[in-house]
Amino acid sequence: MSTAAAILSNPQIERSTRHTATIYLKEVKYEFLKNLRLRVYTASVISFPLMFYVLFGLVLNAKEVIGGTGVPTYLVATYGTFGVMGASLFGTASGLAADRGLGWLQVKRASPMPPFAYFAAKVVLSMIFSALVVSLLLLLGVSFGGVRLPLLEMAKLLGTLVAGSLPFSAMGLAIGYFAGPNSAPAAINLIYLPLSFCSGLWVPYMFLPKLVRQIALALPPYHLSQLALGIVGGGRHESARTHWEVLLAFTLICLGVARIGFQRDQGKLYG
Amino acid sequence: MPMIATLAEDQSITRPGSGSTVASLEDVGKHYGEVCALRNVNFSVAAGQVVGLLGPNGAGKTTVVKLLLGLLQPNSGKTRVFGGDPTHPQNRMRTGAMLQVGKVPETLRVREHIDLFSSYYANPLPLAEVLAAAGLGKLRDRKFGDLSGGQRQRVLFALAICGNPDLLLLDEPTVGLDVEARRALWEEIRRLVDGGKTVLLTTHYLEEADALADRIAVINQGQIIAEGTPAEVKSQTSGKRIHCVTRLSIPSLLEIPGVADAKRDREATEIHATDAENVVRALLARDPTLSGLEITTAGLEEAFLALMRDNRQNGSRQN
Repeated sequence: MSTAAAILSNPQIERSTRHTATIYLKEVKYEFLKNLRLRVYTASVISFPLMFYVLFGLVLNAKEVIGGTGVPTYLVATYGTFGVMGASLFGTASGLAADRGLGWLQVKRASPMPPFAYFAAKVVLSMIFSALVVSLLLLLGVSFGGVRLPLLEMAKLLGTLVAGSLPFSAMGLAIGYFAGPNSAPAAINLIYLPLSFCSGLWVPYMFLPKLVRQIALALPPYHLSQLALGIVGGGRHESARTHWEVLLAFTLICLGVARIGFQRDQGKLYG
Repeated sequence: MPMIATLAEDQSITRPGSGSTVASLEDVGKHYGEVCALRNVNFSVAAGQVVGLLGPNGAGKTTVVKLLLGLLQPNSGKTRVFGGDPTHPQNRMRTGAMLQVGKVPETLRVREHIDLFSSYYANPLPLAEVLAAAGLGKLRDRKFGDLSGGQRQRVLFALAICGNPDLLLLDEPTVGLDVEARRALWEEIRRLVDGGKTVLLTTHYLEEADALADRIAVINQGQIIAEGTPAEVKSQTSGKRIHCVTRLSIPSLLEIPGVADAKRDREATEIHATDAENVVRALLARDPTLSGLEITTAGLEEAFLALMRDNRQNGSRQN
């Protein structure tokens, strides 16, 4: 049979489940390596929350108490939320905005890569780094801050915060679809920092001005931090279910926005 | 007997034109908002060939490639790859692409990029083979961000071929490569096509299309204005190029019958002549001091420029 005829009579090429699983694993692996080697990412996502924690939780205020909870313990929950949010936003939005704007995403979309693998890898990456930040905070707190938590509670805290990275990954995807490659980091910070402040992630909630405290009730990071605080014994002791519902609704809205961006990109020439 | 027949059939293989169409645009129109990128384009790539899509920047070459990759949907008409939808994973697994990109993840190593892309395909080439084919042997562990422009291009080429695809779509593949690297890539493309692959490459380097392509399609302002073998496209503007050093002025040269165009090239003059012999006779008669006379066949460049000129003139006449 001539090669030309052979080309066109090739049997259908199927991709087995195992093959697809390998692709997803490799996407995650290389997304992780890529970001790990990016000084900018690891510095802002890991170093900043740790630095703030050491400064405000271990050096200053170490003996203080907020509403019954020791400061080092309280701040593990709030800076943990801060760290998780940063890991997710920077893990998804800036990469996505750059990949879209500068043509790399097109190269990947032109390949046989299952499109979902790209997004899944970014979300999993955010979860990995979220787990890393929270673990390091706990380590610091236990080692130097006198934080005493049963192992189960620590696991619950870790699990809650890592699950809580999903709404912010969704948010990151939404931002990434509408930001430009150069403006994305600035856009992220413009949202991330005020949001963190107003949710009581730096200045504890009860010390915020009244107006801000009211605004906080609508903010997703507030709800995640309350869930985390609830586990360590602090927080306002509200219904956990409400917090999860807010986070879920927020996730769905962000995914909707991201999807609109996705559809819009299909026909759009970008750069 | 059957054995011998098969052998003979195999030897008369593929190039040029074994008939079966691997990729096609059928009456395709594509616009971005107000801007019309492609207009009633009919274009096809036959198996085992190198097809060159030649045109100036903004002509619509990249749009054609993106349509064939399923990255864009046509506003009218159909795009077909392997007889089916370009977005179908089956067809993507048989296609490799090299696009012009502004950014590639810089912290990943060359082998890591290739490993990831290879994983998308059913039967990828071994890493060593991909590295060799793209001339990246020594750069295996180098991070992408530490590579020069030409080396980066070669990595993008590696990503296109690593899956051992049947169809290669290369958008301006030799941009940024020095002469040696360009030749090496041409050789690699030839080798791939000799092995049975089909290649569509876009370029604005006329020499590249002339050297590589079995068929050329010339595109300008969203329309195919000429198509055929390089010889056929060149013959669409017949003529010879006359190079000489003469004191005759350009306006007086243009008056000579048989002169299509004349221009100064530093101290020499380049004349494009449709009737070389008469023009030379006239030149020698009018300028006894003429020297440095060279007569060559008009290359693809002349044909191309002439086609652009005719296309523009036709366009303005219609408008």
